[in-house]
Amino acid sequence: MDRTILHSDMNGFYASCESLYHPELASRPLAVAGDPQNRHGIILAKNELAKSFNVRTGEAIWQAKEKCPDLEILRPNYPLYLRFSKKARKIYYEYTDQVEAFGLDEAWLDCTNSESLFGSGETIAQTIRKRIKNELGLTVSVGVSWNKIFAKFGSDYKKPDAVTVIDRNNYKNIVWSRPVGDLLYVGPATKRKLKNIGVTTIGRLASMGRDRLELEFGKWGLFLYDFALGLDDSPVQPLDPDAYDNYRPIKSIGNSTTTPRDLTKYGEFKLVIAMLAESVAMRLRELDCLAFVVEIEIRYKTLNGFTRQRKLLSPTDVTRKITQVAEELFFENYDFTTPVRKLGVRVSGLISSERPVQLNIFENPDKISKEQRLDRTIDHLRSRYGNNSVRKATTLGDSMSQMDIKKDNIIHPIGYF
Amino acid sequence: MENIQKRYVDVLVLFRDSGQMEPKIIYWDEDKKFYIDKILDIRPCASRKAGGQGDRYLCLINGREHAIYFEDPAWFVEERIKNNPKTF
Repeated sequence: MDRTILHSDMNGFYASCESLYHPELASRPLAVAGDPQNRHGIILAKNELAKSFNVRTGEAIWQAKEKCPDLEILRPNYPLYLRFSKKARKIYYEYTDQVEAFGLDEAWLDCTNSESLFGSGETIAQTIRKRIKNELGLTVSVGVSWNKIFAKFGSDYKKPDAVTVIDRNNYKNIVWSRPVGDLLYVGPATKRKLKNIGVTTIGRLASMGRDRLELEFGKWGLFLYDFALGLDDSPVQPLDPDAYDNYRPIKSIGNSTTTPRDLTKYGEFKLVIAMLAESVAMRLRELDCLAFVVEIEIRYKTLNGFTRQRKLLSPTDVTRKITQVAEELFFENYDFTTPVRKLGVRVSGLISSERPVQLNIFENPDKISKEQRLDRTIDHLRSRYGNNSVRKATTLGDSMSQMDIKKDNIIHPIGYF
Repeated sequence: MENIQKRYVDVLVLFRDSGQMEPKIIYWDEDKKFYIDKILDIRPCASRKAGGQGDRYLCLINGREHAIYFEDPAWFVEERIKNNPKTF
């Protein structure tokens, strides 16, 4: 039996939330963009009016202003978007418990087993569309199909505020006539390669045959072939919102930041690394895990960079230890010639903190457990009074120390695979 | 001409032991207050005119229906402002 998969996509999500809260701007071209002073000045979302001026997500503010001089620019308000994302998800959960979020504004819903309760996939899609419009004041486009890829395709097919059903009778008409770039995971590079072998539409891709595509693209060719024919059978993975929306076992925890200014000085590096490591260590402890490996990621002003990692003697969740290793890695590998634009700290090789740990003679276990107790106390204080209520002295006296890395931590859409 | 603006208001609320909230009195300006006679409907709803979203409580006040919104943690109403075109 075919499954019933819905893909719901909130149209111009950030911009729609903003125009709901700024009714006076509703009739003007509107875009949400990061703070140019912190060098995050790119367009994150835009409304339909701005779209008609060809303003694109990802371009710099000045580029957008060139196309549309009257463009209203608003700073992003993540707590607001998060609130609406949660509310939308609550509505989804009323129709099925199989909800897989794809970023803040998109989600797949497997409604196969709820059709007997709420009606056909299309009926559920229409209900959800109407409810979100009335209750949240936002518009969604919903795609209904028997697999995730076509459901997503359907939600992109007609927007805003629309439902598209792609079933076995009409998919050849709807999907196959569209350019191959509309398919999930066909980006500019794949599109170019496909064009070289004469494939411009999805229908053409489907007619290429498995072997030919495998020859051309390897494993990816097989995926593309399955996608084009609607053979993809990957399940909708219910996520646990309490565990940072992860359903797979968490393999690593990391934070990175593009700093407001390029870093060149010893003290600045120490400060940013300390703040990142602190956030990572706190998240690690929240999940009751210990980490074996500490990694750092550096991106220079010139946009190239490096990553380094080190395995520890024994797994740890102690802030001091993680900070210390991250600093060692950094100062052993950085030569102070090129200013640094982005820094990241990550831990991996995670094990449960319940697991017994092999002690070693180079570290003092009493000192470690004392540090762990101290960390837990600080975590507790921070959970009550905010992440910046208890701080390292290193982070004092610099404008950057106002950043709250843990709170601002945002989970971006993970890959489809 | 009439315009709508969002106005946060003081509300006296009765919390039922079931956890449900029952707004009772809306305080307006310094001296005015409105008694809510009956709650007709509660549902999540967006207020496009005022610019907000929350639980909409449709209330009967002095024989007329009015909506007040609980936008956690505050209450707001859609205030009508009369624009008199004759005054400059």
